[in-house]
Amino acid sequence: MITTDILIIGAGPTGLFTVFEAGLLKLKCHLIDALPQAGGQCSEIYPKKPIYDIPAYPEILAGDLTHKLLEQCKQFEPGFTLGERAETIDKQEDGSFIVTTNKGTKHHAPVVAIAGGLGSFEPRKPLIDNIASFEDKGVEYIIKDPEIYRDKKVVIAGGGDSALDWSIFLSDVASEVTLIHRRSEFRGHLDSVEKVQELKNQGKIKLITPAEVINVVGHHKVDAVVVKETSDKHIHKEYEIVCDHFIPLFGLSPKLGPIANWGLEIEKNAIVVNNALDYQTNIPGIYAIGDVNTYPGKLKLILCGFHEATLMCQSAYQIINPGKRYVLKYTTVAGIDGFDGTRKEAPKAVVKKID
Amino acid sequence: MMEQDINIKITDREGVIHEILAPTDMAMNLMEVVRSYEIAPEGTIGICGGMAMCASCQCYVLSDTKLPEMQDDEEAMLSEAFDVKDNSRLGCQIQMTPDMEGLEVELAPES
Repeated sequence: MITTDILIIGAGPTGLFTVFEAGLLKLKCHLIDALPQAGGQCSEIYPKKPIYDIPAYPEILAGDLTHKLLEQCKQFEPGFTLGERAETIDKQEDGSFIVTTNKGTKHHAPVVAIAGGLGSFEPRKPLIDNIASFEDKGVEYIIKDPEIYRDKKVVIAGGGDSALDWSIFLSDVASEVTLIHRRSEFRGHLDSVEKVQELKNQGKIKLITPAEVINVVGHHKVDAVVVKETSDKHIHKEYEIVCDHFIPLFGLSPKLGPIANWGLEIEKNAIVVNNALDYQTNIPGIYAIGDVNTYPGKLKLILCGFHEATLMCQSAYQIINPGKRYVLKYTTVAGIDGFDGTRKEAPKAVVKKID
Repeated sequence: MMEQDINIKITDREGVIHEILAPTDMAMNLMEVVRSYEIAPEGTIGICGGMAMCASCQCYVLSDTKLPEMQDDEEAMLSEAFDVKDNSRLGCQIQMTPDMEGLEVELAPES
């Protein structure tokens, strides 16, 4: 059981800044995120895109913002449960909560802050009728352990970075890699596209375009996929490719998911909170901050998430330390004492006589 | 009706037709017009914010209105999206302009 003061669901910008604000109040945080890395949408969807409305940053790349936020909260030693989705929440008799992930990891905290953005990112599944019956029997939408493909025949479908990058990686692991895409053009980093071209020329990746996987064949496990290939003259041919694994990589889309069943008041796919006070939900002790919440006049902006996180931490302090006195301290005045023993503070003024 | 507004027709994912006025002077795209009228639920459209990176604003163009030409990133995204037809476009890549008066589109299913 992982125990912490504030359990944050979602490691995007709002969740990461919460760690900093909580740290100033000597509250420890742990974050859960369905993605394998921190940063949320900023890392998953648009790491290379610039953001222009972060105060004091005329321009910052979304990926760089994530790095800065991680650096800013580092001394407060946040814990992370990554690659797991928060599934259930159980309120304990003492008012605290136990949150369990889809992999069974349990987290115990007096305060839960949902900073889940648009929800947890789930793979987009292609519209193939019988595909569901082959899930985990040779069909995988996310590659977790590349070793399971060693010396296997693998078919990858998709035209983006993940399809390209995994084709490259698995060409050294699998016995056979076939990449199938609806078009001959791929969208990805230039070096990935060039590398796939090179591996294709060497015969290490078999490329089939423009084509689509339209069916999965097998008994209890994947034996082959049916490919529909379109030639220039609009002539289609259909044939089977024998394989052990079919990996469709069509990106991820966020879904509110299990959080929607936690008994929270939901409106327009977002969690209703009290914005006049502290961004608490209808369940005391559970807060919702950032893009995941809604209230009159809500704006889904990173900078608004930062503000919400700050007010939320003050309210969480009262739950965790009932009746304990506290006044806001400015970091410039008080400095920052990290949980790792580090201290940051303003340099002392020089007091010296001028003759 | 403001001078710069245009009439457009949007069929939502349930098949209901909405006849609405779209401003052309606020740098709005079709995805944003749909959101401003809440024709698709929040969180199901415009997920990437309008960067042609998610296809949640895919729509089928029903009228023969002249639209801006498709750029590489829109074409690439549509090649990875589902339920794509010959008349598919990403709403976020269609800026509202006065010559789009009478535009008719249908929202593609949520995916």
